[in-house]
Amino acid sequence: MTLLRVESLQKSFGSLNVTRDVTLDVGAGEKHVIIGPNGAGKTSLINQIGGQMTPDGGRVMIDGSDVTRLAPEQRARLGLARTFQKNTLFQRLSVFENVRLGVQARFGNSFDLAQRAAARTDVNARARDVLDLLRLTALAERRVASISYGDQRQLEIAVALAGDPRILLLDEPTSGLSPVETRQLIEIIRALPSHLGILMIEHDMEVVFSLADRITVLYYGEVLASDKPDVVAANERVRDVYLGASF
Amino acid sequence: MDLFVSQLLNGLVYGLLLFLLASGLSLIFGLMGVVNLAHGSFFMLGAFIGLSVVSYTGSFWWALVLAPIPVAIAAAAIEILLLRHLYKRDKVDMVLLTFGLSFVFTDLVEWGWGKDTFSLSEPASLEESLEFLGGYFPQYRLAIVVFGLAVALLLWLLIEKTRIGAMVRAGIDDTRTAMGIGLNVPLLLTTTFASGAALAGMAGVVAGPILGVYSGVDVEVLIPAFIVIVIGGMGSLKGAFVGSLLIGIADTFGKAYMPEASMFLIYAAMIVILLARPHGLFGQAAS
Amino acid sequence: MGEFVFFLLALAWPFLAGSYGTGLITEALIFAIAAMSLDLLMGYSGLVSFGHAAFFGVGAYALALSGMKLGLNPWLGILVAVMTSALAALIIGYFCVRVSGVAFIMLTLAFAQLLYSAAVKWRGITGGSDGIGGFDRPQIAGLSLNDPIYMYFACLLGFVLSLWLLRRIINSQFGHALVGLRENETRMRALGFSTDRLKLCAFVLSGAFAGFAGALYAIYNSFISPDALSFAQSGMFLLMVVLGGVGSLLGPAIGAAIFLLMKQFVSSHTEHWLAIVGIIFVCCVMFFRSGVYGFLKQWLERGART
Ligand SMILES: Nc1ncnc2c1ncn2[C@@H]1O[C@H](COP(=O)(O)OP(=O)(O)O)[C@@H](O)[C@H]1O
Ligand SMILES: [Mg+2]
Repeated sequence: MTLLRVESLQKSFGSLNVTRDVTLDVGAGEKHVIIGPNGAGKTSLINQIGGQMTPDGGRVMIDGSDVTRLAPEQRARLGLARTFQKNTLFQRLSVFENVRLGVQARFGNSFDLAQRAAARTDVNARARDVLDLLRLTALAERRVASISYGDQRQLEIAVALAGDPRILLLDEPTSGLSPVETRQLIEIIRALPSHLGILMIEHDMEVVFSLADRITVLYYGEVLASDKPDVVAANERVRDVYLGASF
Repeated sequence: MDLFVSQLLNGLVYGLLLFLLASGLSLIFGLMGVVNLAHGSFFMLGAFIGLSVVSYTGSFWWALVLAPIPVAIAAAAIEILLLRHLYKRDKVDMVLLTFGLSFVFTDLVEWGWGKDTFSLSEPASLEESLEFLGGYFPQYRLAIVVFGLAVALLLWLLIEKTRIGAMVRAGIDDTRTAMGIGLNVPLLLTTTFASGAALAGMAGVVAGPILGVYSGVDVEVLIPAFIVIVIGGMGSLKGAFVGSLLIGIADTFGKAYMPEASMFLIYAAMIVILLARPHGLFGQAAS
Repeated sequence: MGEFVFFLLALAWPFLAGSYGTGLITEALIFAIAAMSLDLLMGYSGLVSFGHAAFFGVGAYALALSGMKLGLNPWLGILVAVMTSALAALIIGYFCVRVSGVAFIMLTLAFAQLLYSAAVKWRGITGGSDGIGGFDRPQIAGLSLNDPIYMYFACLLGFVLSLWLLRRIINSQFGHALVGLRENETRMRALGFSTDRLKLCAFVLSGAFAGFAGALYAIYNSFISPDALSFAQSGMFLLMVVLGGVGSLLGPAIGAAIFLLMKQFVSSHTEHWLAIVGIIFVCCVMFFRSGVYGFLKQWLERGART
């Protein structure tokens, strides 16, 4: 079943076409990985799916309905969550509070002025569960600014997962991580709920091929190939322009 | 018909006076990210210093030339001693700082010159009126139009055609890149801040015969100047020019034809434009 | 414990301090409410309003005019004042929350200035720059707020009530959402928060509290002039918050008190009150960014460790 569909998406900055007629699908339970050299337009694509950037043409659809004109918060309410390439966290709040806000967005009531937030045991309990899932429990009370970069990368995912999304967009979750941290994070991604549709940008080919159900190769804003890993690996053009050295 | 033409002239005069203020404000914001709430104070300080120069020398022209100098020095000192240390902090800190400074300047001016409203007399050589298009036009106002347009042209040439201008433009696009390509950014910032202040001080002298010289004139001109750059787009010289004329003319006609509603007019204009184009007419949607 | 001592002192104050000291603290309590209301926007939501005097002034004028023009009971007048300021905040906020950065600063400043010029120019209603005075003070069961001691207790009650309500708001889910907004708006939107609506709500609440303070101020002085709406007044509120400590609620209240005490002291020695305000402002921003509250907190924590 297709959860997320991107159809003939177009975007340009002046003469620079960052997204050229991009079409792709993400189904429930699928791990779809986008690869492509720096500047290929991967982040721009994620931004257009998330609603942070408006496309010039084409459509973004969630569950078959058009969300191209919806604001990021409206898309989030339809079950779309994302992380950012550059950490986008609540720096001065604790790790727990970061996740709790993510939970509150979906399960709490942000216009409740009377009840103490601490009294919403359901919200707090879910926040603690998410911290457990991401193995961040030990850091719960630490301020974000005081934890390591690797832990912050993990927290990015925790915050996105907090609202129990159906579609998760991950923009280079392993960037800047050590090999050990990368391996840990991959384990975590592998252990995510199986119904989740994941669209993920990744550079490390080992990671890509160990995780992906499907791979899309972006090159200068264009889809070069979009298929099962072995098919993509065998694709002549992909080998020429991108994978070359890795195989 | 007369009334229309003379109002149009008054609108142009007011608009170009606003431009002298707004252009500096806009460039300072574009380059340094400083929302300078003390910019009206530079205007006011220039006007008062001009007043004193006129009373010593008896010459408006000396005032026009000399008054901007101490204003520029004060501004340079502020940039070097205070602002410079805040560039890396939250932008709000710089706004608060200049806000605080505007209080200091108000007090300084009231201490030096008192709380009265003074009028700076226009230069004797421009006291007459010229007759054309079936109306009488005060020479001084015509001179302001010429002066304002000349400053606009010079600024445009400076920004677009000279090396310094290229540096300013590079800095507005991206301060870090400008540093990367070896520009002396600190000097550039000090110079821009001081020049903007000098221009504001000069505007204070030029406006003296028209708006009067009093403590409180700073806020009186600062708000419309800010409205101008919000409308025109922060950091854009063209925006400052178009916005100034728009607000100058709209405000003048508003006062002449619908005095009751006039004060709402420029605010309404600002709100409408902001809602339609949140970054102003010529602003970029940059961070 | 500290709050209990404060409470006892507050109750005994009018009998210890005499009429001059009582008046001073009454005023401090009023401004503390206004400063705390600004802190809700500035410190908790990250919305630095440069025109907060607008809501304070609207509250003050609403109280005065509801009594003088509509003949309303002044108790009802307070309610009207709070609602009018909330309405003003709703309208002004509707525009302001759409923009951010400089445009936000400018819009808040411009709206306040607009109300200021309206108050100056509509002489028929507002009395122009002369202001209006001589309206009734509320009274209940024969206790009139004309008596400075009752006025003091009314303001103390108003302050404690405001502090309690604002604390509740800040500790609620709504309050947490505001803090999220302050820290990272992009993330908040990506999580599904309606950030514009949150901001507008914060505006209205903040405006209502500022209007409440404005109403008390009008009652206290039995007079109101456009100064209450001025650029300088907005600046004073900002200074109280910065001086006391942004985002600490109690800090800005302390800031308001220090500000007024300093004003009394300085004004009796020199005419350069405004310059002093400016210099304190500059010093706070440059060297003392966490304010008195932050300073005290650090100092107490260091004391606790050693
Ligand atoms: N807001 C923007 N304005 C102008 N150019 C942009 C903007 N965002 C991205 N770009 C440009 O688009 C290209 C693709 O960027 P991006 O999507 O971040 O690539 P990737 O994530 O694949 O490395 C880059 O050349 C970048 O400079
Ligand atoms: Mg990228």
